[in-house]
Amino acid sequence: MMDFSSMHAHGATCMVEADQKAVRQIYWRENRRWMLTLGSIWFAVSLGCGVLWVEPLNQIQLGGFKLGFWFAQQGAIYTFIALIFVYARVMARLEARLGLGEQEG
Amino acid sequence: MSLTETTYWVVGASFALYVLIAIRSRAGSTQEFYVAGKGIHPVANGMATAADWMSAASFISMAGLIGLSYNGYGGSVFLMGWTGGYVILAMLIAPYLRKYGKFTVPEFIGDRYYSDAARVVAVICLIICSVTYVIGQMKGIGVAFSRFLETDYETGLFSGMLIVFFYAVLGGMKGITYTQIAQFCVLIFAYTVPAIFISLQLTGQPIPQLGLGSTLADGTYLLEKLDRTLLDLGFQEYTTSVRGSTLNMAAFTASLMIGTAGLPHVIIRFFTVPTVQAARTSAGWALVFIAILYTTAPAVAAMARLNIIQTLEPQPGQHLAIEERPAWFKNWERTGLLGIEDKNEDGLIQYSADTETNELVTLDNDILVLANPEIANLPNWVIALVAAGGLAAALSTAAGLLLAISSSISHDLLKRTLMPHISERQELFASRLAMAAAVLGAGYLGLNPPGFAAGTVALAFGLAAASLFPALLLGIFSTRVTREGAILGMLSGIGVTLAYVFQHKGIMFIPGTSFLGELPPNWFLGIEPNAFGVVGAIVNFGVTLGVTRLTPAPPDSVQQLVEEIRVPASL
Repeated sequence: MMDFSSMHAHGATCMVEADQKAVRQIYWRENRRWMLTLGSIWFAVSLGCGVLWVEPLNQIQLGGFKLGFWFAQQGAIYTFIALIFVYARVMARLEARLGLGEQEG
Repeated sequence: MSLTETTYWVVGASFALYVLIAIRSRAGSTQEFYVAGKGIHPVANGMATAADWMSAASFISMAGLIGLSYNGYGGSVFLMGWTGGYVILAMLIAPYLRKYGKFTVPEFIGDRYYSDAARVVAVICLIICSVTYVIGQMKGIGVAFSRFLETDYETGLFSGMLIVFFYAVLGGMKGITYTQIAQFCVLIFAYTVPAIFISLQLTGQPIPQLGLGSTLADGTYLLEKLDRTLLDLGFQEYTTSVRGSTLNMAAFTASLMIGTAGLPHVIIRFFTVPTVQAARTSAGWALVFIAILYTTAPAVAAMARLNIIQTLEPQPGQHLAIEERPAWFKNWERTGLLGIEDKNEDGLIQYSADTETNELVTLDNDILVLANPEIANLPNWVIALVAAGGLAAALSTAAGLLLAISSSISHDLLKRTLMPHISERQELFASRLAMAAAVLGAGYLGLNPPGFAAGTVALAFGLAAASLFPALLLGIFSTRVTREGAILGMLSGIGVTLAYVFQHKGIMFIPGTSFLGELPPNWFLGIEPNAFGVVGAIVNFGVTLGVTRLTPAPPDSVQQLVEEIRVPASL
């Protein structure tokens, strides 16, 4: 006689696995989207404002700083800090929403 | 109490603290020895990472590099490069390697690229990067001792080695973590106190970061005044003088950034926190603590430079008489960091950009930080604190590097490759032995620095950027990259970078063996050797991806490993 209950359990596991796979795909897509967004800001404030576009920005004065110089020696660093904490925050939320968070051990 | 006595007391007290911590945090297992039991709070780990990261070069030399050698704006490459890497670490590297959850960086590369050969190549790259780096720290310890405590270089070096030996061999990562936290507190206090005072004196603004953009007593902006003063002396403008070319500055910044994200002694710090999320926030905290120093440094650079110029030439055309130079000036002349030569024999000191007439013939980069407290007339205990801070910076970085080196030997070479059957107790013993050997080896290199010891810190970043970073990044973000691709990629990346450095600076840096000369016209696209890591990394990526297309895909188990490390929850 066929063991119906174990077959049923097997089917359920398959479904859970398929769900899990979909959830992980959503997670990874969202993660990449955030990395791309925050990474563009990272590039723009350092290599952008601090190096490539520094000359036009230096025409603008921020207190006693030329703006491009300020980005290169101060502003980029402050932005980096903000970027990391924003990323940590959005990832924690995403993981909680998708049930992929970790148990504190 | 004399200055030397005070310095002995302050440095002695800081050392006693490190020893006390070492005794209280002995490691009882390999997990404690390699990753401090994975129980470090993210903020505490952030502090330890900051100390691990900021070396003698950051503490003693960076402000001078920015303010003098790179003449202001050009020095921004260090500021952006050495902080921007943390964003890459937090987003692209640290969380995934923490999820992977083992002990070392070569261990990940060996498992991900399913090959002992990949593991061994990673160990070799790690040792090349870390040894280049550690020599600079050992020299820093010796020099700090001899300048502040008036011991000779060897005595200083041995004292430093003894202290590192004590807490690193006993406590491994656990001991190193807690001493690094203490060392961070010492070094950040020592750096910011003189900076606050110099900012107050020049601009009336206690926060140096704001003082840099404030006005001087005469109502002009500090940076404007510095720009004009330097132009008058024949230098380039402080706020706009580019280092080499825009491309060179971009390449230099990018090399330091990706080098930061590929340096094993920094990455393994993120193995010590309890969760993946903690690895992300911990990178943020690390950067907060680093930024305290890194945003203060450009203020120190500009202010100390202006201060020195104004000491030598209080009003345009009114030069300081050699006879009347202040006491601190004479003190630092004795150490060889400052030097004057009265070329026109008028008894006055003329400082200018023209080497023919410039009479301030020696102006070492380190002087901007080291002499700052004396220039600002601060009490002796502050000067003593700067000595303790410089030593804390050098010791903490040296210990972190030595752990990365010794764990790759005892864990990756011995346990994972050569003798997989040894017990945990035997491995713990082996790791202590490897640590002891690494301390002695580093001490030996500190005593007999090879010709290439100068300027090696920036080079270590280039090498890490070109070798380990691409292998780690592709290992996480691609399931398809193969062992053949990764191995050849790492070898060609580090090979191209070393070849470029050698051809311009000499084979193994031996003078006279450079076959293309060190001059800028010989540089590839005008990129200086220290900035070449990013080109090496591009070569590495290219070779890895190219070879991957020609070789069979990795086994399923490896593809599963990659899927597994991408999400924080365990399957």
